[in-house]
Amino acid sequence: MKVTPQSVFLAATLATALVAAGHAGGRHRAVAPREAAGSKVDYCKDCHGLSGQGYRGYLTMPRLAGQQSEYIESQLRNFAERSRDRDIFINMARVHGLSPETRSAVASHFKGLDPPPMGGGPRNLVATGQKIFQEGIPEANVPACSACHGPDAKGEAAIPRLAGQLYPYTVRQLSGWSKERGQAAAKDDTTAVMTSISHGLTPPQIDAIAAYLSYLR
Amino acid sequence: MRVKVRMKRSIRLTMATLAMAASAGVSLAGDVETVSRNCTWCHGALGHGYSTAPRLAGQRHLYIMNQLYDFRTHARDNPFSQQYMWGATANLGPQTARDLAEYFASIPPSPANDGDLALAVTGREIYLEGIPEYEIAACAACHGPNAEGIGQIPRLGGLSYSYLKRRLAQWGEGYHVAAEPPMPRIASRLAPEEIAALASYLSFVR
Repeated sequence: MKVTPQSVFLAATLATALVAAGHAGGRHRAVAPREAAGSKVDYCKDCHGLSGQGYRGYLTMPRLAGQQSEYIESQLRNFAERSRDRDIFINMARVHGLSPETRSAVASHFKGLDPPPMGGGPRNLVATGQKIFQEGIPEANVPACSACHGPDAKGEAAIPRLAGQLYPYTVRQLSGWSKERGQAAAKDDTTAVMTSISHGLTPPQIDAIAAYLSYLR
Repeated sequence: MRVKVRMKRSIRLTMATLAMAASAGVSLAGDVETVSRNCTWCHGALGHGYSTAPRLAGQRHLYIMNQLYDFRTHARDNPFSQQYMWGATANLGPQTARDLAEYFASIPPSPANDGDLALAVTGREIYLEGIPEYEIAACAACHGPNAEGIGQIPRLGGLSYSYLKRRLAQWGEGYHVAAEPPMPRIASRLAPEEIAALASYLSFVR
């Protein structure tokens, strides 16, 4: 039988009703109470990699290593406020829900990590990607990425580091910028600047940029 | 007087396997046909699993290949692997491993449906969202929304309740596989009730 939310709910209701018929008292807690672990860094690393280098699961978990701490903090805030959200099976707000104090500790930890880039982008596109990164695409009104993200793609303050970012992640971000960002009115959502830039890029150009960045140290 | 000839069991099993394989639309090439008998003996005629031997049908072929390699190098060291799989893979060459992996991967999976239905709802929640309060990552992020896996990351959907429960507990007990973390870290934070819930839910997932 296909497991749909409805069928599981019905089954669980039936089961609960049968159990309740047998027991007069309270229900069991599904989760045993225990101390929550301390720093959240280990939790982040389960998905984002032991050195924050990222991970290619069903979803691509981006590289956090060497990322600008201000950017990490702003994204954690955006996830919590749901101004950055994806309509997918993972509850991004809950998974990234950290208290503000924890956010800055986590952010500065990841900024200090420096593993080599994972690579993985198509090698034959790297040269094109580098050209676009350094010169932009004037005819499409796309400025040079390096103008804001730095010639070494390491970013600055609220502008994220792109160097070493995972290829599938960069492709997804550039291809569907407004599907994920700017979902709710956020007073300091600085990511809006990327909306028109990403729209000006064609898919092959996106692939090239992402490939170039995936190998950048 | 007619003499009844009893077919050898191994031939009957082969014919059964081939018949079922033919009806399932998958084909076995020469050598693999022989070698797969070594697998189906325990893992079931179409790799649907039997007793302690897990379901192989519909598993990711890269995952199966990695496991076969890890059994041979003894990198995967949980008790049943030591007892059965180390010997079973001792002489397994890479080409045969690949053929077997692709064969079993191509069989349409069907779920074991042997979990505790009452726990499946909780299990689904944990699967899709993790338990952030206890720093447990959402399984679905890596294993996919329908627990189908991707690349080397295994399908969990439809595996049997007892197998999943055992494996999740074993991660927390320190047993190894050569693939990189994060499984030991994630699973070691799961409480027994959470493991039971997850294993129950996943056993029903098609």
